[in-house]
Amino acid sequence: MFEAIAFYLFSFLTITMFFIAVTTSQALYALTALAAGMIFISAFFFILGADFLGAIQIVVYSGAVMALYAFGMMFFDTTRDVKEKQGNKFIVVGMGVLAAVLVVVIFAAPIVGDNIVALYPMTEGAGNTQEVGMVLFTKYLVPFEVAAVMLLVAMIAGIVLAGKKMDISLTLTSDDKIEEDENNKKVLL
Amino acid sequence: MEMFLYIALFAPLVGSLFAALFAASPKTLIAGVVPSLLLFISFIASSILLAYVLQTGGAIHVEMMTWMATGDLYIPFGFVVDQVSVTMMMVVTLVSTVVHVYSIGYMDHDKGFNRFFAWLSAFVFSMMILVMSDNFAGLFIGWEGVGLCSWGLIGFWYHKESATWAANEAFIMNRIADLGMLIGIFLVYWNTGTLQYEQAFAVMPSLDTEILTWMGIFLFIGAMGKSAQFPLHTWLADAMEGPTPVSALIHAATMVTAGVYLVVRANPLYDLIPDVGLFIASLGAFVAMFAASMALVNRDMKRIIAYSTLSQLGYMFVAAGLGAYWVALFHLMAHAFFKALLFLGAGNVMHAMHDELDPFKMGGLSKVMKGTFVMMTLASVALAGLFPLAGFFSKDLILEVGFVQHHYIIYSVLLFTAGLTAFYSFRLVALIFHGEERYKLFGIHPHEAYKFMLIAMSPLLLLAIVAGAMKMTYFEMVTAVLPATEYHIHSEITYWIMTIGTQLFVIAAIAFAYKKYALSKVDVPDGSSDMEKSFIYKLLYNQYYIPRFYENYFVKPYREMSHAFWKEMDILLVDATVDGIAKFIYNTGENTRDMQSGNLSTMLKWMVAGTVALLSLAVVFALAVRYLGV
Amino acid sequence: MEIGLNHYLVLSTILFAIGLIGVMRRKNLLLLFFATEILLNSVNIAFAAISHYYGDLTGQMFAFFVIAIAASEVAVGLGLLIVWHKRHGNIDLETMTSMRG
Repeated sequence: MFEAIAFYLFSFLTITMFFIAVTTSQALYALTALAAGMIFISAFFFILGADFLGAIQIVVYSGAVMALYAFGMMFFDTTRDVKEKQGNKFIVVGMGVLAAVLVVVIFAAPIVGDNIVALYPMTEGAGNTQEVGMVLFTKYLVPFEVAAVMLLVAMIAGIVLAGKKMDISLTLTSDDKIEEDENNKKVLL
Repeated sequence: MEMFLYIALFAPLVGSLFAALFAASPKTLIAGVVPSLLLFISFIASSILLAYVLQTGGAIHVEMMTWMATGDLYIPFGFVVDQVSVTMMMVVTLVSTVVHVYSIGYMDHDKGFNRFFAWLSAFVFSMMILVMSDNFAGLFIGWEGVGLCSWGLIGFWYHKESATWAANEAFIMNRIADLGMLIGIFLVYWNTGTLQYEQAFAVMPSLDTEILTWMGIFLFIGAMGKSAQFPLHTWLADAMEGPTPVSALIHAATMVTAGVYLVVRANPLYDLIPDVGLFIASLGAFVAMFAASMALVNRDMKRIIAYSTLSQLGYMFVAAGLGAYWVALFHLMAHAFFKALLFLGAGNVMHAMHDELDPFKMGGLSKVMKGTFVMMTLASVALAGLFPLAGFFSKDLILEVGFVQHHYIIYSVLLFTAGLTAFYSFRLVALIFHGEERYKLFGIHPHEAYKFMLIAMSPLLLLAIVAGAMKMTYFEMVTAVLPATEYHIHSEITYWIMTIGTQLFVIAAIAFAYKKYALSKVDVPDGSSDMEKSFIYKLLYNQYYIPRFYENYFVKPYREMSHAFWKEMDILLVDATVDGIAKFIYNTGENTRDMQSGNLSTMLKWMVAGTVALLSLAVVFALAVRYLGV
Repeated sequence: MEIGLNHYLVLSTILFAIGLIGVMRRKNLLLLFFATEILLNSVNIAFAAISHYYGDLTGQMFAFFVIAIAASEVAVGLGLLIVWHKRHGNIDLETMTSMRG
């Protein structure tokens, strides 16, 4: 009973928040709504017993990602509205079809897969975090390391793209100028 | 010994590739000399193999590599040198060496000198594969290879319309026959499960006579095409459009005898089906006379010799059909020598007369061309079958075979044909070398050919004279693999009467030819004499109207049908379909071009639409599989 | 009122649909990124739910990697966004038509 109440409550909140996030024309509202939605989602994880995942969700999304977006927004003139041209009804119809199809697919899939066998069953008597750690560092060690490398690459890419030579601004110079500079070996390194 | 086998087989290929390197460049003497030398090497290797086979009496069997091995089908590149194939190898390498050396002189002024040798050596290589292969598949490769090279050489002067036409005619006629041959080979595989000669022939006695008959018939259809037997004979005369050495090598000595070789090689099969053998013999006898009659009146030197070849092939098939395989092979060998010699001599004459082919416009050439005169006369004597030249031993033997086996009709036809042969051979010799010097009317100054060309021809002359003496050695050798039937006429008196009678008949025919064309005055025919107006003359001169019949009843309807198909089917149906598909795709592209607006938002929408479409399909298929079990 | 797997899947579907709507109608590139985050999160819910109801940790593992990918995407995407903004002075999708075919 308690679970049901929690589920419906958080479902309502999440859907509302995300709906605001995609419909509002104010970037700041959208950001706030998104951050709130992320936190509500972590609630589902806690309900489902995936405590560690829930914690990660809050830390990564509300902490890191939202902070990134917030910093990113400082670069842009958020007050100047990008004109959101409203799409025609076609999109709405498309949405309906899409949603319906997805619902069917997602309903059908578990039924088809009734005979799924748990590959890495939950260990009895261990907490969620412990379980996750055991699986992550045995079976998923290599993907884990790859993900780490990927994050590193992403970090470097972010720094290089956004941060490098901010005073010179590679991007504001014309292509000809960049080429000229490269030819003159005044490469911006 | 295997090494010699490979040398004999691959030396011509190397020569051909070497000459092909220079194929596009102007005349390079080395491109002619090297293939000739390599062929000579091949000839030496063949001789060593012959000596080996003679000494040990055994065969050399090698398997170079696997060609095809799928399931039960196993076809290796296997080669066998036994008494039969070594005979053919000797004939092929010897004649082709001679022809190569001769061609260096003959093709001296030709632009395609290098190309000629590339083709010619390639032909020899194919022919070697044909005779040496130990299975039907290899035989077929060689068979097609010689067909291809023959096409390239007949159409060697491709700027001449008639040459390309003749080349295509030869090629297409041979394809028709090859279809029969292929069916025959399939039948062999189908029923015996193998294409190796030995294994296939070992199984055959246990098969149905009906199946064997069909095998024999279809294989013989292939032989009919290659050996230009009626009704596929028209290409051989037209093939004379090629250079004369080609006619000597391919259309007299080697390729056209491949059909005889096939029948000889398949002798265990034909022994089981004497009815087919009798048919082959009858057809052979018919062709012998049929071709000889056309040679009587023809006014083209090379065509006369070509008809003579046809006629002699008929003789060979008579022997092969009556089960006297060694006799057929022996006549094949002897015929190769004197017929090649005759052709090469004709080539000399052609050169001397600046490519004039009508013997009525020659006459009295013996004064300027002594060497050629002697050679051609002796070759004609050998062809006519006078003692003691090669033709006497080989051709009379065939007559005896007919007689001994009580096929008196075949015997009399062949005997009559022997007279015709003598007549047209010496008609040609008399017209060319004796009588008035009619060529002066046409302002031609003949000259003898190069010395080395005559020297190159001399081995053939020698063999044309002495080949008959080798009869018994030869008999002992080939009967190791062929049925050793000796043909003796029981009564001594009958034998002598027959032999001497034949000789006298032939001599009479020669004398008649000399009297008519050498001693009396000969005019260049202009269609006014009584003889030329007679029905028979016209019939013979027009080759029994068979080419015209083919033209009217096969070629023309086919052309009309093709035209109709082109207009009705191809343009209206096939082209329209293809164009329709292209147009549809083009229009689709034209209409969906707007999708590529470059607007990212639009693209995202399309992406979602695509996802929806694919997911719907996935669901539909998943449901279909689940509930309909499709 | 037992809450089953299907409830979570329906929720996930609804959130995914919302994300897609956002992807399609947003013209502001920054807000477009928000929509993609919603897509990723809706999938995470489905993963966690399946993981729970089947007693299998694989779903959670995937959710982790999805989060890692989302973080990388934000880092790189924002970097590119800043570059674009510096160069063109706007982040409007309608102006990005250089791929016009």
